[in-house]
This record gives sequence, structure tokens and C-alpha cells, in this order.
Amino acid sequence: MTILTGQPPSEAIGYSFAKATSAPVREHSFYPYTDNGGSTLGISGSDFAILAGDTRSVAGYNINSRYVPKVFKIGGDDETGEGAHILLSVVGFAADGQALKERLDAVVKMYKYQHGKSMSVRACAQRLSTILYQKRFFPYYVHAILAGLDEDGKGALYTYDPVGSYEREQCRAAGSAASLMMPFLDNQVNFKNQYIPGSGEGHALEPKKAEPLPRKTVEQLVRDAFTSAVERHIEVGDGLQMMVVTKSGIEEVYYGLKQD
Amino acid sequence: MNHFPEAWGRPRDDIYGPYNPSYLQTTGPKTHTQSPAVTGTSVVAVKFNGGVAIAADNLASYGSLARFTDVKRLRKFGESAVIGFSGDVSDMQHIDRLLESIDIRENYSTHGNTMNAKNLHTYLSKVLYKRRSEFNPLWNHILVAGFDENKKPFLSSADLLGTTFSAPHLATGFGAHLAVPILRRLFPDEESIETASKEQAVAALRECLKVLWYRDARSLDKYSIAVISEAGIEIEEDQQIEAQSWAFAEAIKGYGAQVN
Repeated sequence: MTILTGQPPSEAIGYSFAKATSAPVREHSFYPYTDNGGSTLGISGSDFAILAGDTRSVAGYNINSRYVPKVFKIGGDDETGEGAHILLSVVGFAADGQALKERLDAVVKMYKYQHGKSMSVRACAQRLSTILYQKRFFPYYVHAILAGLDEDGKGALYTYDPVGSYEREQCRAAGSAASLMMPFLDNQVNFKNQYIPGSGEGHALEPKKAEPLPRKTVEQLVRDAFTSAVERHIEVGDGLQMMVVTKSGIEEVYYGLKQD
Repeated sequence: MNHFPEAWGRPRDDIYGPYNPSYLQTTGPKTHTQSPAVTGTSVVAVKFNGGVAIAADNLASYGSLARFTDVKRLRKFGESAVIGFSGDVSDMQHIDRLLESIDIRENYSTHGNTMNAKNLHTYLSKVLYKRRSEFNPLWNHILVAGFDENKKPFLSSADLLGTTFSAPHLATGFGAHLAVPILRRLFPDEESIETASKEQAVAALRECLKVLWYRDARSLDKYSIAVISEAGIEIEEDQQIEAQSWAFAEAIKGYGAQVN
């Protein structure tokens, strides 16, 4: 046995191991999210659902681009979106929104290949919730809205928080100007704080019942909500992209908004 | 062989001497890029009738030190696209290696398909998004210029978070503040982009780089400029900012040489 060191040989043979360090856990200074601003809005009717969003993309006070869509056709052709019957809007962190859209699109397509029928909006809604919840501890930082027609042909709208809590609603605004648009929608779509004149004594008036609105009215409400949001919110503007699902397919319309 | 399996295969201290255990660290923090080290500043690009022009200066800074003054930050990909890099230079070189291997694979393949600028942008944005999702970002903001599958001019951006957006004129870093307003003034709408000549686009970029040289302290008067058109890619890597006029500097008051 060669002894290379001057140490006296000992009975017990020693080995060198990595010593545990007490190095403090360093905090990551990299923040993996950003807010790309903008707003989306969905309203459902008796035989249609509308999903709309502005097309501005921001980073702080900078405008990245004046045309970055936030509303997508799900399960259709990659280029044209043909054959789709579900709409998804995402607002918040655009890169996560893009990733979420692509995952849901793949899921809806796989469903059709595997089952030979298109995915119902109800099933798609549940699946989207699961996708979001799977990333519960590193969430997709987006507020998603899913729209389509339900089994009875009625307009269906499902709204989500970033970790997958969801519910079916008549109408919902999301994104940076949601707090500006939502009270307007509460009043104009769900007739909150509206009462039937002369239906009772003093404050005991009968509230006006909410009912599905005709498509023309809804489209005008969407345009009004956005033109007003543009006036009061710097992250909203440039263009309004509006998609309407009906039993005959998806129609897309674009309106210019103020660029200031 | 003893009955301590964890010691098997390790050098015996009585033969080799005790090993400095600090070389055996397996615990402790795994280090990811928390901030960039050697960086490139703005990249500016604009579309014109029949192509895209893109430019970046030849400086790689180490903090405020102008460290490397002959760094090419525009990279040609095949005959179809040019990528402009800002941000960390070592991460740029890593991405460059990824692109090189794709380019080689494509040139050896028999299918004859080549990636266009749009495909390349999709690939790069996915690489960037994957790395940010692993909390190990590639600290770059890149612009991809070239043509899409329909031979239409293509210009798009991707950053270290995986955020992507496209616009007729784009700039990274300081250029987003200084160059984009100049380009938006010169080419305000889609129509002016579609009628802009190659010469106008190149002149606009040269003007932007001059303003950046005046005002961005991390910029250089030597730059590269590339034009992607039907005819192919023309890239010039040893340009000098001409016709400088520092007369405006005389009038600046409040800081620097003239305090009052």
C-alpha cells in the first residue's frame, strides 16, 4: 500500500464526502411574469355568445404593438380557424395566454380525433379549469373567458381565474379595465339597480328582471364598453376585435379604437 | 469493499489523502442567470415594400464599460431570415449555436423544406418561454426579420419571458423609447409601410441609430445593418454613423458640464 501523504495510517479507512453547506438559499431576482395590459369582455345571448378584446399590447408605458389579438378560435384550422365552435379570450401575461391557448386548442383537436365528435363547451370548460389548476403553484397568469353554444343551442360563457376556479355567467369583463366595464355591464346586461317605475311604495320597488338581450343591443354594449374604457384606461385602445358564435359558425369583426 | 455502499468507488483518504470537500459540492444553490453580464443594446427594424430592414450597433457592454466594440449582433439564418439580438451576449452565442445546429440539419436533410422567418420566430419564442418557465432565462430580447410562408415581409419580437408581438416597426431596449416614435412618425400606418422603399427604410434606421448614439450611453457609432428582400439578404457589418452634429449638446442645461 502506497502512502502518498505524511499521515500516519489508521485502522479505519477514511473517505472524502461532500460536506453539506449552510449556504443560504438565494432568492431569485428573476420575475417570470409581466402584465401586457388590455381588456376582454364576454356576453351571452339566447342563441349566440360574443367575446371581444382590444388589440393593444403594452409593457409598462410602452406600446409593444397595436395589433396583438386576445380572442382565439379553439379547435379550428391553424391558419384560418375554420371549423371552430369555441372561443377563448386570454388577458394578462400574453406569453402564458399564448401557451394556454395552444394547449386547449390541442386538447379540443385530440378530443375530436379520438371520439369522432366535437367537444361540448361544457366539457371544454371543465378541461380548461383542469389545465389551469395543474399549474396551481406556478400559474398561467391570465384571466380566461370561454364562449360557445351549449347543448340546447343557448349562448354559453365560462369565466376563470388564473388557477382554474370557474363559473358560467351571462356577462364578464376581464383585464386591466375590468373594474371600469363590469359595473356598466351589471347595470345594462343584468339590470342591476334598475326598478320598474311605480311598482311599489317608496324603496319597495320591484327590480327589473334580467333577460337575454338581442344581438344588435349586445354588440352596441360591447362597443360602448370599450370606447369608454379607452377614454379612462391607458392600457386599452388601438382596436376592438369582436367574435360572435352562432349556430352558423363564428363571425369576426374589427373596429378601430383611439390610438392615444 | 466494505459495508458502506456510499463509500464505494470513492478515493481512499489513506492512499490519496483527504480531498478538499469544497470541490465535491452537490448541495448548495444551482445558479441561473439572475442578471445579464455582457450586454448588447437596442436592435431596430422596420418593414418596407418588399422586405424588412434591421440594424444594431457592434458594441457589447460590461455594465457601463464598452468592453467589446466589434460584436456582430445580427445573425443570418440561411437565406431566409435575420435575427437581431439584444441583451446578454453569452446567451446570444448559445442561441446562435442552437440555430447553427438547426441550419446544418436542414441543409443535410432530404425533405428540402427550409424554415422561414416565421417558423424561426416560433421556435425561438418557445425556447425563450421554456427557459423562463424553468426559472433559467436566456436574457435576450430578439427581433426576427424575413418572410412568412406567403412570401410577405415578416417582423416579430420575442423576449426573455417568451412574450411575442409583431408590428411594422419594432425596437428593443432603449430603441423602444427613442427609435419607435421616429419610425412611427415616418411610417404612421400600414399604407405608408406598403409604399416605403428600401432606401427610405434604411435611411430611417440609420437616423434611429444616430439618435440612439446621441442619447443611449450604452451605444456605439459602429453598427451593422441588414436588408432582407426578394433578392436575398444584404448584410453590412462595418457601418459608421455619418454626419454627426453635437450642436444640440451645447444647449443642454441642468447637468453635465453646464450645471446652471
